[in-house]
Amino acid sequence: MKHKLTIFDATLRDGSHYVKHQYTADFVYRYCQAIDDTGLDAIIVGHGNGLGASSIQIGLSKCPENLLLQAAKKALKQTKLGVYMIPGFGTIKDNLIPAIKYGAQIFKIGCHCSECDTTKQHIKFLANEGFDVYCCLMMSHMLCAEDLLIQGLKVQDYGAKGIILFDSAGAYTLNDVRQKIRTLVKGLNIEVGFHGHNNLGLAVANTLVAIAQGATIVDGTLKGLGAGAGNCQLDVLIPVLAKNGECANVNYFKLIDVADKYVEEEINYKNGISSISIISGLSGVFSAFKNKVLEAAKLFKVDPKEIFIELGKRKVVGGQEDIILDVAMNLSQRKHDDDLNYLVESLL
Amino acid sequence: MKAKANVAIIGTGNIGCDLLAKIMHSKTLSCTLFTGRNYDSKGMRFARDLGVNVSNRSIDAIVDNPQICDIVFDATTASSHITHAPILKALKKYTIDLTPSLIGKMCIPCINSDECLNVPNINMVTCGGQATVPLAYAIAQLYPQVDYFEIVSSISSKSAGPGTRDNIDEFTQTTKKALLEFTHCKDAKALIIINPAEPPIIMNNTVYAILSKPDIRAVSQAIHEMVVKIQQYVPGYKIILDPIYNNSVLSVMSQVTGKGDYLPPYSGNLDIITSAAVAMAEKYATHAME
Repeated sequence: MKHKLTIFDATLRDGSHYVKHQYTADFVYRYCQAIDDTGLDAIIVGHGNGLGASSIQIGLSKCPENLLLQAAKKALKQTKLGVYMIPGFGTIKDNLIPAIKYGAQIFKIGCHCSECDTTKQHIKFLANEGFDVYCCLMMSHMLCAEDLLIQGLKVQDYGAKGIILFDSAGAYTLNDVRQKIRTLVKGLNIEVGFHGHNNLGLAVANTLVAIAQGATIVDGTLKGLGAGAGNCQLDVLIPVLAKNGECANVNYFKLIDVADKYVEEEINYKNGISSISIISGLSGVFSAFKNKVLEAAKLFKVDPKEIFIELGKRKVVGGQEDIILDVAMNLSQRKHDDDLNYLVESLL
Repeated sequence: MKAKANVAIIGTGNIGCDLLAKIMHSKTLSCTLFTGRNYDSKGMRFARDLGVNVSNRSIDAIVDNPQICDIVFDATTASSHITHAPILKALKKYTIDLTPSLIGKMCIPCINSDECLNVPNINMVTCGGQATVPLAYAIAQLYPQVDYFEIVSSISSKSAGPGTRDNIDEFTQTTKKALLEFTHCKDAKALIIINPAEPPIIMNNTVYAILSKPDIRAVSQAIHEMVVKIQQYVPGYKIILDPIYNNSVLSVMSQVTGKGDYLPPYSGNLDIITSAAVAMAEKYATHAME
């Protein structure tokens, strides 16, 4: 028998990258109140890179995470409150224990796709406390299906309820999803999920392929609001699923209204894929680097697309935003040298 | 010529072996005991091949024969060190703790080595702490009112052993505590990133400080003076991005290439903490044991 689909809405988490982590408790409260009865499984709340990630490196949050969690919890009656955390940014003591206190029920623990043993401590702790905990493998385009399965087996052993492949760079093609999800579904006894990004315009299509291959957890956002080119657009995905009689429990008319009112009107988000997001996806670079890349390009007067291409060559992972400055500085130095050489050559 | 001070190393993993490799060419230290739990481990074989006296009875080898050493390096785990610390204190051994147990006085040699010679137990913080706290400290000496320091250490996946991975929370908490205590800033944060790229990346560190209108030349000079002090025990430490100031944030970036004693040079993160520990043992041997 097929598992029921579990839908997580990360608009208040991944979407936080788009608003440069400026969400207020008031906005979170009103959004949660509006979306509470649409039939989604959980609303994920927090900084774009999860609990504890408010930093100069990634971006400082306007409102402390605990206040956002409290606001969401107050509004959510039917939908669960979820949180995301990457070990190395947040800790059990500083972030998970307070989140439990503020009523979080669903926990997603993230790490770079090849480093799942950094989540062992946290998954074991949460599973032991009786919570549903999922391991999220970021930048999963960087590992082949077999190596992802090795990570999945470890995560299963730690006690996770499921594993979610994050296409953090928006670099997956349909065939990548098919192979990787199929391998995990076949090889694991826990649930498998997919979190798509839209750099190459494939987030919804990739998610549909994942579901067809047996994925039962879907992570997306309203209007696709999220890091870089944005995420899998839930208000498109769910109506498509409904055409085939799936996800009948979700009221997508209501979802579309919430997307219009809060994402399009209040946040003033117009979706569409910018040219630098396409280059970012092709280079396989973490989507959320976009704002920092634009800042560094301006500071060092270089082309942001060149920064993305160079970051791709250096195989940077999520959280390495400081390298952007180094790359931009080196590109500007190279450009300066080229200009000088050109000048010298033209004088010869 | 003065006799060398005798040291024991508890823990035969990567850190223990790198300590041993460094002590083998020390002019002031001699390793008289390398002790762990498993005779067949890779580290044990490494030590035996060097002709070092080994034991599989961990700390009991010291308890049974206290004369064997003056200085003890503990390269086990935080939970083991909690048991070891009182035993070593009772035996009056100068103890250098390389676990994140935080029992002893936090030690960053280029900042507080003198104060660390008169206490029974010193803690070497974390690799990220050794690499970044000196830079934050140099900035805080010029601008004592810094509200917030943040550090980011990126290390290669290959250099992050099971200890680091299982205790990633302790890394962030301990490094943050060191930033707060050494700089007296109001708030601090430490981040660690593990990158699996091949060839392995060299340890990279960024220090951010929020402050208003710093004199960049003065900051740059203070940082370079501090780097000279660090280089005395970690020659592969260098600044790769000189201080820049943008939107109220001062940023500076460093890189640590290891000496390649036991582990390859990309493991600068292990090299910096073992080098700091050996530097303290040498200083103790030269000054405190007279």
